[in-house]
Amino acid sequence: MAEVGQMDTPEQAEFRQSARAWLEDNRPADPIVRLPLTPLEIMTEGQLSYLQAWQKAAYDAGLVGCDYPVEMGGGGKNDCQRIANEEMLAARTPYMPNVIGLGMAAPTVFYHGQEAVKQQLLPRLFSGEDIWCQGFSEPGAGSDLASVQTFAERKGDKWVINGHKVWTSLAHFADWMILLLRTDKSVKHDGLSYFVVPIRSALGKGVTVRPLIKMTGETGFNEVIFEDLEVDDGYRLDELGKGWQVAMTTLLHERGAGDLVTPRSGGMKNKSSHVSNASSLISLAKRTIRSGSTAADDPLLRDRMMQQLVRETGMAASQRRTRVTALQDHPMRLPLQNKLLMSEIAQDTAGIATEVEGAAASLYLADDAAPDGGQWPMAYMNSFGFTIAAGTSEVQKNILGERVLGMAKSK
Amino acid sequence: MSQPDDFGFTEEAALLKESARKFFNEKFTADVLHNMVAGDPSPDRAPQVQWDEDIWQQMVDLGWSLLAVPEAQGGVGMPLVGVAGLVEELGRAAFPCPLLSTLAASYILSACGSEGEPALTEIAEGATATLVFADENGSLEPKATPIGVSSGNLDGTGYFVQDAGKVSHLLVCARSDSGLSLHWLGTDAAGVERTQDSIVDLTRDQAHIHFNNAQAQQVSADASAALEQALPALWTLYAADMVGAGEWLLQTTVDYVNARQQFDKPLGFFQAVKHPLVDVMVMIDQAKSLVYNAACAVDCEPEMARQYAHMAQASASDMADYSGSRAVQCHGGIGFTWECYVHLFFKRQRHSQMLWGDGPWHRARLAEIVIDAVA
Ligand SMILES: Cc1cc2nc3c(=O)[nH]c(=O)nc-3n(C[C@H](O)[C@H](O)[C@H](O)COP(=O)(O)OP(=O)(O)OC[C@H]3O[C@@H](n4cnc5c(N)ncnc54)[C@H](O)[C@@H]3O)c2cc1C
Repeated sequence: MAEVGQMDTPEQAEFRQSARAWLEDNRPADPIVRLPLTPLEIMTEGQLSYLQAWQKAAYDAGLVGCDYPVEMGGGGKNDCQRIANEEMLAARTPYMPNVIGLGMAAPTVFYHGQEAVKQQLLPRLFSGEDIWCQGFSEPGAGSDLASVQTFAERKGDKWVINGHKVWTSLAHFADWMILLLRTDKSVKHDGLSYFVVPIRSALGKGVTVRPLIKMTGETGFNEVIFEDLEVDDGYRLDELGKGWQVAMTTLLHERGAGDLVTPRSGGMKNKSSHVSNASSLISLAKRTIRSGSTAADDPLLRDRMMQQLVRETGMAASQRRTRVTALQDHPMRLPLQNKLLMSEIAQDTAGIATEVEGAAASLYLADDAAPDGGQWPMAYMNSFGFTIAAGTSEVQKNILGERVLGMAKSK
Repeated sequence: MSQPDDFGFTEEAALLKESARKFFNEKFTADVLHNMVAGDPSPDRAPQVQWDEDIWQQMVDLGWSLLAVPEAQGGVGMPLVGVAGLVEELGRAAFPCPLLSTLAASYILSACGSEGEPALTEIAEGATATLVFADENGSLEPKATPIGVSSGNLDGTGYFVQDAGKVSHLLVCARSDSGLSLHWLGTDAAGVERTQDSIVDLTRDQAHIHFNNAQAQQVSADASAALEQALPALWTLYAADMVGAGEWLLQTTVDYVNARQQFDKPLGFFQAVKHPLVDVMVMIDQAKSLVYNAACAVDCEPEMARQYAHMAQASASDMADYSGSRAVQCHGGIGFTWECYVHLFFKRQRHSQMLWGDGPWHRARLAEIVIDAVA
């Protein structure tokens, strides 16, 4: 493993020291509620308020938005978010609830928003007081995102929005939405524009949010209906008709290939959370008895578990290699693989875990006899969220083939 | 100990890699390779040793063959990450030469203590060498060595000896009553007889070597310990070679599917072509990252070197197979011909895949470390 902190600049080293000291004294108490696998399945106010309190505390301690300018509520530092993330992950703090805000809305607003909008919105986004959601997908526009039909019509210096978004994660708690919509029906990509819209304050007044239930039984995503919602022109990001370019900034960051580092914590270890990786898979196999020995003695399962360990280690090594220019032929080749690898590895790891469990993989969360609290069948199902959301694996392969290998567009 | 974040891949390493790529691009393109090694397609052609000793001599003059020899013995003592960069470029060119074997021998000799030093000095002065240890079944266990030694004389036959027709020296793992030991002798020494194997891979040569009371110099009284220490470096380098060859296959195939049209579209438009090639790219990148991770472990984190080298080999071996198979398939009929250069790299990858243990073998060894050894 690489040694943490070895290549720190003086600014980073000092920042790391203070982050570490703060985290030592301020690690949040274990939650009294069960936390879902990821923030995208936050279902109750109890879960949300626990996580929001953590994000606010981390923000006040300077661990969130470190590299953004001070006047927008950031820390004004150089490349320190990465340091904060390393320290938070090492301290096994909980994850942050405002993931879409931090990972997608913030960089998009930063690159494309007007100054006043940045100053108004980013501080509460970083602190987690405002939760954000992403209104991109529609019933008729998924992988073919540029075909969205939600429409904004000009009315003086306002816009009137009508349309239907689906799979909108966190919309049930969200204060704000990043919204990709159409302002011109005569052209496809160039007819798109991009807005930030306050949705919580408009609930029942032009915005309706209806929860959708996932295959795991959890909620977390929603459909959002717009009926004559009025929005100020100041909330438009970038120029009219440039919505597709703005959306690319969002998607690049969503897929872990953007240049602004997303604040990230997580990995908290307690009975209500579960980490699904090769080492927890191996530990499961060692505890699982089959015909007199353990699943960890089965040569076929051993081979498959080692495949996962190799892929996981390879992904981590690739993330390091991304920072060594001489070991890359194309600047986007590794970053654009992130999302594909992460989601496919998570899926296969959880899938193998359920095979290790065998018949016991039939037991779900509420069954006391379920190994690891029934989290593996849950993780397996949940993993399809990762391979579908944010551009499916198939779409990621199209992008890699086209942008990196220069193959003809499949559309 | 732990690894530097950048794998310790210094400016010097980057320069070496860059100049190696230039060197092969200028002197040794695939058509040159084909002309050199693919003259006789006949499946029952006699075994041949085909290579370009002039280009090899230029590589020796550049100091590449003594990179792994410690400075104290007149070599460069370059960290393994830097050497891996060179070997990746060697694999991309599939240049037939004894570089890999000689580097491998250097790592083993370096693990032999003072007894190995004279042989290392010879390598620094231009000697080339290859390891002899496999039995007729190709066992990867040194203790299976079919060669015996008594009072410094070797007897028996060693199999699957790489680059045997190109090297000046042999590094032989042999057994005596007191255990396994390593020995050094010239290929032209009395009592050494070489029989070239007829092999699929045109970019390499391989032989079995008979020893008949051949006198050799002992370089280690404990071959197991020396090999144990050196194997992670060897595995890592052979994996780097597969990464380079994989990249050649990928780029060549991508160029082809972008140019060739069927159904009024370039082949790369079709996802049944595009997605497998993306999979190849992802596999190459995984293997490549694992190679530098393992190399860096050999340099800076020796306690992890074995595990990481198993990972690099496991990943690279699987990739070697898939990169070759997709390249042939995506070329269609032309890919199935002798005339198309793809077969050269396909064959080299298949050879490399099996040479030091394939994916399942390395994963089985890895499992012994990470599953069984940890309580
Ligand atoms: C858990 C979860 C959370 C989500 N959260 C959000 C959110 O917060 N905001 C938001 O806007 N959206 C969200 N989404 C929606 C997500 O972005 C879409 O589901 C996704 O882009 C796929 O679109 P689709 O569902 O319409 O599937 P489709 O596009 O209809 O695809 C169906 C299948 O066809 C394949 N396919 C489609 N086109 C191609 C092609 N060109 N080449 C090859 N294969 C193709 C796909 O890979 C897939 O396997 C979420 C989805 C999930 C599962």
